[in-house]
Amino acid sequence: MLHKLTIHELHEKIKNREITAKDIASDVFKRIEAADGKVKAYLSVTRDEALKQAENADKEIKAGSVKALTGIPIAIKDNICINGIKTTCASKMLENFIPPYDATVITRLKNNGYVLTGKTNMDEFAMGSSTENSAFGATRNPYDLERVPGGSSGGSAAAVSADECIAALGSDTGGSIRQPAALCGVVGMKPTYGRVSRYGLVAFASSLDQIGPITKDVTDCAIMMNTISGHDKCDSTSADVSLPDFTKALKKDVKGLKIGIPDEYFIEGIDPEIEKSVMDAVKLLESMGAKSELIKLPHTGYAIAAYYILATSEASSNLARYDGVKYGFRAKGKDLIDMYMETRAKGFGSEVKRRIMLGTYALSAGYYDAYYKKAQQVRTLIKRDFDEAFKKVDVIITPTSPTPAFKIGEKTADPLQMYLSDIFTISVNLAGVPAASIPSGFTKGNLPIGLQIIAKPFDEETIIRTAYAFEQSTDYHKKRPSI
Amino acid sequence: MKITKKEVEHVALLARLKLTEEEKEVLSKQLSDILTHVEKLNEVDTKAIEPTSHVIKMQNVMRDDIVTVSLPIEKVLANAPDRTDEFFRVPKIIE
Repeated sequence: MLHKLTIHELHEKIKNREITAKDIASDVFKRIEAADGKVKAYLSVTRDEALKQAENADKEIKAGSVKALTGIPIAIKDNICINGIKTTCASKMLENFIPPYDATVITRLKNNGYVLTGKTNMDEFAMGSSTENSAFGATRNPYDLERVPGGSSGGSAAAVSADECIAALGSDTGGSIRQPAALCGVVGMKPTYGRVSRYGLVAFASSLDQIGPITKDVTDCAIMMNTISGHDKCDSTSADVSLPDFTKALKKDVKGLKIGIPDEYFIEGIDPEIEKSVMDAVKLLESMGAKSELIKLPHTGYAIAAYYILATSEASSNLARYDGVKYGFRAKGKDLIDMYMETRAKGFGSEVKRRIMLGTYALSAGYYDAYYKKAQQVRTLIKRDFDEAFKKVDVIITPTSPTPAFKIGEKTADPLQMYLSDIFTISVNLAGVPAASIPSGFTKGNLPIGLQIIAKPFDEETIIRTAYAFEQSTDYHKKRPSI
Repeated sequence: MKITKKEVEHVALLARLKLTEEEKEVLSKQLSDILTHVEKLNEVDTKAIEPTSHVIKMQNVMRDDIVTVSLPIEKVLANAPDRTDEFFRVPKIIE
C-alpha cells in the first residue's frame, strides 16, 4: 500500500531503510495496472525506465545519498518534454514526437532522484477544462467515473487522486492545475509567473503558462516547489529572484493573517455547497487567529473575455510552428500551402482549431486595436485590482471552481459554457500572481470541493502557510476515492 | 458581433487551416457567440491605460556571444516527417 503515501512519508521510510525505491515503484505500477483501465489518467506508462531509475536510486541510497525526491514516483503532464520519451500534448499533431532534450523542470527532478511513472492525459495543447479534448480519449474523475477530472491537467490530477503516482507536474494557463486539483480533491499550485522555468514546456500562451505541482498534501507541494523553482538561463522570462525554502513555511500559524474575500467571486450560479465550504474554511482560519474582510476586485467580470482574446492570440502565434516540416504530423498536399493546410486540418482537434481561429481573427488587420489591445488594457486593470487588494490583505480566498466535477459530455457542445468554468482561476494568470487549490470539503454527492488561496507575486510561502494551517486542522486531504 | 462564413474562410486561410463546409458553419456561429461575450470589454473605460503584454517588467535578455554545443544533426532530424541527407524535405516550392 505504498502508493497511498505522500512524498514526505515515503522519504522518511527510505531514509530509515524500511523500504527501497524498487518496492515503491513496483507498488505504484501495480496500482496503475489495477486502476488506470478505469481512470485513464496516463497516455503512456514508462515502467522499464522507472525500474531502472529506481535501481539507480537504491544504489544512491546505499551510498548514503538520499535527496528530496530519491525514489519517488512522479507523473508528468504530456506537454512537458523528456529526452527520449514521447511527448504528444494529447494531439494527433505530436502523436509520434520524441523530444531530443529535457525540460528544465525534468532536469531538476532528475537531479533530485525522481522516478518517472509516465506521461498524463490532458486537453489537446492544454486547451480545455475537462480533459475531454484529448485526441486519445477522456480521463475519468476517480470519485465518479461518469464525471470529468477537470482540465487541462486532468490526467495529472486524477493520477494523484487515484494514487497512481505519488505526485505530478501540471501546467496552468487559465486554471489548468487548480481546477482539476479541486475537482479531484488534491492540492495544486500555480506558482508566480516566472518562478518556474518554462523551458521544455510546449507553449500554449507564453505570457500566462506556468508549470506547477499537483500533490496529495501541502507538505508535498512545498517539497515539489523547492525542487522545480528557480531562475533558468534557458527561459528568459524566468525571474532572477531569491529562492526561499518553501518547507519553512509549513507552520500551523495564521495569527494576524489578513484574508480578503472578494465580493465579485460569490456570483449567481455558484454551487451553494461550494460557497458554504469556502466560508466555513474562512471561519476556521479566523478561529485560529486570522482576520477576514470583504474586498473588491472590480474587473473580475471582464477576465474571461480578456483571457480568451489574449490566450488565443498567443496560441495562434505559438501553434503556427506545426506546419508538418520539422517535426510532428504531415499530411499530403498538392503544393506547399496545401500541405500546410491539410496537415493542420488533420493534425489539430476542434477546440484547438477554434482557438487558432479566434486568435488569428483578433490579431488580423483592422481588429487588433479593438480586441487584442483592448484586452491587454483590461489585463492592466485586472492586475491593478490585485495590487490594490494586496496593500490591505495577505491572501485572497475564493472557491476554485463554481461547480464540482460535471458529467462527461455535459459542456462539450457549448464552448462558452466550458470557458465559464474557469471563471475563478483566470484572473490569477492574467495578473501573474501565485495561487493554490486545496481540498476544503465534499458535496453531499461525495464530490471534492476546492478552495483557492491567492497571494502577491513571489509570496507562495504565505499560500503554503495558510494552506498548511487549514489542512492540519481538517482531514479532507486524507480522503481518497474508493476506486 | 456576427462572423460570416466568408470571414471564417478568410481567417482560416490566414491560419493555414483547411475547414470543411460543416466546420465553417459551426465556427461562424461559435465565434460570433464568443466575440459577442468579448464585447463586454467595451464597457470598460481604458483611455490612457497602458496595455500589459507581460506581467514581469523586463528588458531584452542577452547572453554572451559564445559558441556552445548544439544538438547533433541526427537528433534534430529524427522527428522530421520527411528528409533527405541532412535536410528537411518539403513539397516543391519553385516551378
